[in-house]
Amino acid sequence: MTTLVADTRTVFSRELRPVLRDPFTIIFSMVQPLVFLALFTPLLPDDSLQWFVPGIIVMSCLFASSMTGSNLLFEIQTGSHERMLVTPLRRPALLIGRALKEIVPMFAQAALIVAVCAPFGFRFNLVGALLGLVILAAFCIGLGALSYTLALASKNQEWLFWTVQQTLIFPLLLLAGVLLPIDNGPGWLQALARGNPLSYVVDAERALFAGDILSSATFGGLVAGAATAAVELWAGVRAMRNSD
Amino acid sequence: MMETYGLTKHFKDVRAVDGIDLNVAPGELVALLGPNGAGKSTTLRMLTTLIPPTSGTARVAGFDVVRQQREVRMRIGYIGQGNGAGHSQRGRDELISQGRAYGLGVRSARARAATLIESLGLGEVADRRVSSLSGGQRRRLDIAMGLIHEPGLLFLDEPSTGLDPQNRANLQEHILDLRARHETTIVLTTHYLDEADSMAERVIVIDHGRIIADDTPAQLKAEHVGDRIILGFDHETDAASAAAAVARFDPERQDTRLTIRTQGAPRRVPEILDDLRTLGNPATEVEVVRPTLDDVFLKLTGRSLREGGTADSRELVEV
Repeated sequence: MTTLVADTRTVFSRELRPVLRDPFTIIFSMVQPLVFLALFTPLLPDDSLQWFVPGIIVMSCLFASSMTGSNLLFEIQTGSHERMLVTPLRRPALLIGRALKEIVPMFAQAALIVAVCAPFGFRFNLVGALLGLVILAAFCIGLGALSYTLALASKNQEWLFWTVQQTLIFPLLLLAGVLLPIDNGPGWLQALARGNPLSYVVDAERALFAGDILSSATFGGLVAGAATAAVELWAGVRAMRNSD
Repeated sequence: MMETYGLTKHFKDVRAVDGIDLNVAPGELVALLGPNGAGKSTTLRMLTTLIPPTSGTARVAGFDVVRQQREVRMRIGYIGQGNGAGHSQRGRDELISQGRAYGLGVRSARARAATLIESLGLGEVADRRVSSLSGGQRRRLDIAMGLIHEPGLLFLDEPSTGLDPQNRANLQEHILDLRARHETTIVLTTHYLDEADSMAERVIVIDHGRIIADDTPAQLKAEHVGDRIILGFDHETDAASAAAAVARFDPERQDTRLTIRTQGAPRRVPEILDDLRTLGNPATEVEVVRPTLDDVFLKLTGRSLREGGTADSRELVEV
């Protein structure tokens, strides 16, 4: 007999295996934020690397995790998801295992960005950065779960997945102050930003990379990350239980 | 091995499956035969716990498909219409994780995968990406995945659809071989008549979500259609006098031809030809027409199972 943990591990390693077998598929997508950094940072004031880099790390995770449901959508269409539904794998494991997998490319991506930026003068606090990655991991799991939920809801209409994903991703990104600070914006924009869990994650990452560990930003990020993971996993597990 | 009572599935106002009572004994090889949309796949999806029935019950491998899903899932293998193996995966990896899903340890999953790769002739392609395999190779990989936990009951949904004749024959061989070696109970759906005919000992004909016939292919054909002997003569008058000579078979005459409907036609032909020769009125042509399952379906429903078949094709088949 298996357990929920063993089932989750089975799904998790199955998800990860193609990435390990063909690392180039992921390396290619990891270059994207670097291009972004290369072309965008020269437009910023001289000392903004410290401010900008943590936001870019969050942004690259946002893009990757929100798209991850398309893999499930593809497997729903080809039939391998159905095959897994007939196995005794527990339904929550089918979702949690997939969502947990998001952590791995997230860590790789963050490490790459930091490594590339360090020679250009990006300085960070190691303990803070590691705690920042924990928060980011929780957020990625939540976002991945949301993306899978969306895939399950779009199983008969692929356009729905991409329409919703594309519609949500830019408001989330812009309202989190990743590219430009929200602080100078009008009141309504700031109010919207306060409702965006991603804002708290971005603020926390900036504080933590800078070494400001015991701050209210860190606390806000922890709460936003944990809440996103909890709510989206719950919704995703529900959707997976009802899927056929 | 499996029994259903009044199994029913409604999608909105469509009765996809409309009260199916079915009993399958251990070791049977059963084919569910019917046109597209008859409810075969929906039935299979209920039996494999993929969708709950609207009403009715089904016990599969001894457990209820609604209340004891895990128990059922542990004991059955399922090969759906799509590709079970993920396209970005390697075949061997998929087999191993499939084994893990059924609770095999890493080592035994690996060993089992290797055995199946060997016996299904996948050795050369098992470590390639699934997306690079041919249709026939993918199908064999799907079969291997369905067998990883050595299920006593295997469901196959349209296993050979989309395969060329050679691959289809190859696949059928694998399925029959599996059955011969492990006494696996097999339930498959098909809309290929020859497949149902050659593989299954028991054919269940489904139409509009109901079972309309359930027997061995031979019995179905004998009971619903029977053999025909068609005798040809040079002149209508010869045919007419021959009809009188074989009146005990109640022949039908059409111009210069006589049609006799009888069971076991091949065994009757020599006797009939002898009689006619003795009477000095020998047949100049003879043809024995054995019924197909399509004839059975046509007889039962007034429609042909063949692609695009309608009531109009009746005359063609009934020549």
